[in-house]
Amino acid sequence: MLGKLTWSAIPFDQPIPLVAAALVGSVIVCVLIWVIVKGHLPYLWNEWITSVDHKRIGEMYTILALVMLLRGFTDAMMMRLQQALAFQSPGYLPPEHYNQIFSAHGTLMIFFVAMPFMIGLMNFVVPLQLGIRDVAFPTLNSVGFWLTATGALLVNISLVVGEFARTGWLPYPPLSELTYSPGVGPDYYLWALEISGVGTLVSGVNLVTTILKVHAPGMTYMRMPMFCWTSLASNLLIVAAFPILTATLAMLLLDRYLGFHFFTNEAGGNVMMFMNLIWAWGHPEVYILILPAFGVFSEVVATFSRKPLFGYRSMVMATMAICLLSFTVWLHHFFTMGAGADVNAIFGIMSMIIAVPTGVKIFNWLFTMYGGRVVFAPPMLWALGFMVTFVIGGMTGVLLAVPPADFVLHNSLFLVAHFHNVIIGGVLFGGFAGYSYWFPKAFGFRLHEGLGVAAFWCWLVGFYLAFGPLYVLGLDGMTRRMQHYDVPEWHPWLLVAAAGALVILAGIVLQVVQLVVSIRDRAELRDTTGDPWNGRSLEWATPSPPPAFNFPVLPHVEGEDAYWAIKQRAIAVATAGEEPTYAAIEMPRNSPTGFICAFFATFMGFALIWHIWWMVAVAAVGAFATFVVFAWRDVPDYIIPASKVARIARANRRSRELALANLRPVR
Amino acid sequence: MTAVLTMWGKFTMRAASDRRHRPPGRLIICIPLVLTGCQAAILDPKGFVGLSEKTILIDSLAIMLAIVLPTIAATLGFAWWFRVANMRARYLPDWAYSGRIELIVWGIPLLTIMLLGGVAWIGSHDLDPAKPLASTSPPLEVQGVSMDWKWLFIYPDQHVASVNQLIIPAGVPVHFSLTSASVMNAFFVPALGSMIYTMNGMATQLNLQAGAPGSFHGLSSHYSGDGFSDMHFEVHAMPPDGFQSWVAATRNSGSVLDTGTYRHLMIQSIAIEPFTYKDAEAGLFQKIVRQELPPGPGPQTGTPSLDVSPRSAQ
Repeated sequence: MLGKLTWSAIPFDQPIPLVAAALVGSVIVCVLIWVIVKGHLPYLWNEWITSVDHKRIGEMYTILALVMLLRGFTDAMMMRLQQALAFQSPGYLPPEHYNQIFSAHGTLMIFFVAMPFMIGLMNFVVPLQLGIRDVAFPTLNSVGFWLTATGALLVNISLVVGEFARTGWLPYPPLSELTYSPGVGPDYYLWALEISGVGTLVSGVNLVTTILKVHAPGMTYMRMPMFCWTSLASNLLIVAAFPILTATLAMLLLDRYLGFHFFTNEAGGNVMMFMNLIWAWGHPEVYILILPAFGVFSEVVATFSRKPLFGYRSMVMATMAICLLSFTVWLHHFFTMGAGADVNAIFGIMSMIIAVPTGVKIFNWLFTMYGGRVVFAPPMLWALGFMVTFVIGGMTGVLLAVPPADFVLHNSLFLVAHFHNVIIGGVLFGGFAGYSYWFPKAFGFRLHEGLGVAAFWCWLVGFYLAFGPLYVLGLDGMTRRMQHYDVPEWHPWLLVAAAGALVILAGIVLQVVQLVVSIRDRAELRDTTGDPWNGRSLEWATPSPPPAFNFPVLPHVEGEDAYWAIKQRAIAVATAGEEPTYAAIEMPRNSPTGFICAFFATFMGFALIWHIWWMVAVAAVGAFATFVVFAWRDVPDYIIPASKVARIARANRRSRELALANLRPVR
Repeated sequence: MTAVLTMWGKFTMRAASDRRHRPPGRLIICIPLVLTGCQAAILDPKGFVGLSEKTILIDSLAIMLAIVLPTIAATLGFAWWFRVANMRARYLPDWAYSGRIELIVWGIPLLTIMLLGGVAWIGSHDLDPAKPLASTSPPLEVQGVSMDWKWLFIYPDQHVASVNQLIIPAGVPVHFSLTSASVMNAFFVPALGSMIYTMNGMATQLNLQAGAPGSFHGLSSHYSGDGFSDMHFEVHAMPPDGFQSWVAATRNSGSVLDTGTYRHLMIQSIAIEPFTYKDAEAGLFQKIVRQELPPGPGPQTGTPSLDVSPRSAQ
């Protein structure tokens, strides 16, 4: 009846996951009870769960990312503690537990922190910057988010029901094949990523279509803000690369479930094929993550330097060059496979070439600051921290792209330090810069600045303390994923790394406190202008938070930095201009399709993992039926009457006119 | 294009060999190490391959630091000088393009990469793991097999074998043929140089040489499951006559490695003390590579059951 699932699948003998799960479980139950008792359930259902508003979906993606960051960071702390203790001793985590933790850490941080963080920012910001009211496929967008949440849920269920994969964040066969991993761990990994991968793909299709096809009048491609360009590049990569991941993991699933031999040792299976395929997705993936972050920094550096972005056209070219080149370098992830000198050299050089457009970007941000008026607000601090940290990460990356250097550094802690250097120093700092930059736009009040600055410094110092030692350990021949070790030279560096992780923990605590304090003091921190940073692009033309329809009248764009131009014109004539005529606006109706679909997908994934075949069939039919019902709906839109539009628009105009009095023409 | 790269590469390589004894980049990378008074394995290699790789590593680093350090300085400098409170800094609110600067920002990374590309091209060919090392003495053949979770080394010409210990003559090149009995691993002796993957059903080639007698730490540098952390081995480089007497001593005691004992060794086990076989069946390595001997069996126990959560043998 329940396949492989019995009570004994719950690890009652292991206190760590049980206590953690009990803690998280009781928090969830308490929140649910509070929501129901306070009568917030209809609000939650109508305004969030069934919402197809790109801003709400973007915010939910970001919330998912931040919550998963806490889980992923807990794993990181456990790993640092284990390696600090496990010198000539088994430590406190046995291998089968430690191996699950580093696998879960990588999987969560890439797929359920970095990805939703970036997709969340893109969803929230791109339509506002393009001057439009919604994305191309609002309901599909909601489906994409909820399928991602399903993936995250499945990974977390594995904490208490069965086990998670012990095969690393990329399940290299033959270790991940049935012979060597007969448990449910790899299945949790595979089904979580198959389901969330579909979510990411539809989200990519939606954003590519939106950026290419839906614009405010006059918003030509070469007038789009840089963030829209990097989002376009990132989503093009999602559309091109994620099917490779889905197909590769599907082949591994066929091996595991139906006895195929794509990657097995026997019957002509080939592990090298898996490595090539997974990195054909995996390398574009790192650019999927970093490109939106580059976009955030382009916006932040220009805004807080009070200057347009330097070399806009150059930046567009660099972005699209990275987009193309990212598909030509995957082999540098396995120079040590013995491919031969020509192959290694070509891929090494290709990997270096991709550093050229990246270097151009760094220099252009540098010259954006030149001649500016730099304000050290938290978003700008993250950007500066990024620029310094990222060039170091880029340098060690190019070093690893030199095949003979990689022959001694591959898979070492030097590599681990390198990719954390670019993912924390690049993607995560970019996420935090975007979070503090657009938070007032999303919620109508600013984040507490002092706590934000303190959190930034903890993260920066903590990062160098935690990962500087790993570079040294890599040079001392320490390989990654060691549950224990006997080499005395490694021990002191691992103690320093653990201390660094504690400093990062302080940064995270400060961020949580910052959020709580900011919500408490939201009246004082309220953003009444809609333009708290003296911004340059169109999202700052809307009130904070923007109304469901974003723009009462679509703006007419006449150049780059559209909102900056509007402000300069208004300052010149000292008036906000004549009031336009407001018309009723049609907006897409809420739909529970995404949520219900993901509900069935969760059961389907769980049932597939545990071989509960009847439940697989029921859930598959349920998910399909949800789509059919959605396809047959009669009324896709609802109307916001002109009077309501005018009321919201006039309030916004009043605050702009008040703000106008304080603005001076820029000279 | 290739010719240009080759030229650049030759130039830098020559420059590199001139500086071999006092590479400038070494100072920077050594600062954190000096603090503990130890020398990292990869920066203090004990063989020709490792030495060459260290040179390339440090030269590449020096080339990049030449632009990375000024960039970091300029980032901090620009941000501080053009801070909003500094009234002496010129404000250029519309300055967003300069053809000359664009040329420089594309040019500098491009030139750097051409230089480094040359290093990579030459280095990849010179240090290809499969390329035999130049030497007057013929190389010693060693066949390595990664197993769950130990290393088996077979000496086909000496007809002996060892587990979790590798004895080699110093000053003589060693040619390794490597494969795996089950999952992927990587064979790595940091002090000697290059690592390479081991994969079932195929053999990879690696050439290393220890410059002088000594003991080094060897390990698997590709995660391979529960016993991975114990997949390390001691490498003893001996003077050639010492190696001969080790072979002679080994041939006098221990058991025989044949298909039967190999099948027994294949079963998962962790933290095996080093031991030797006095005789190794001829052609055993080829049998493993050609899969005439089946791959290792994987885990046999689990709690609550094998197909929910497998446990490896302790």
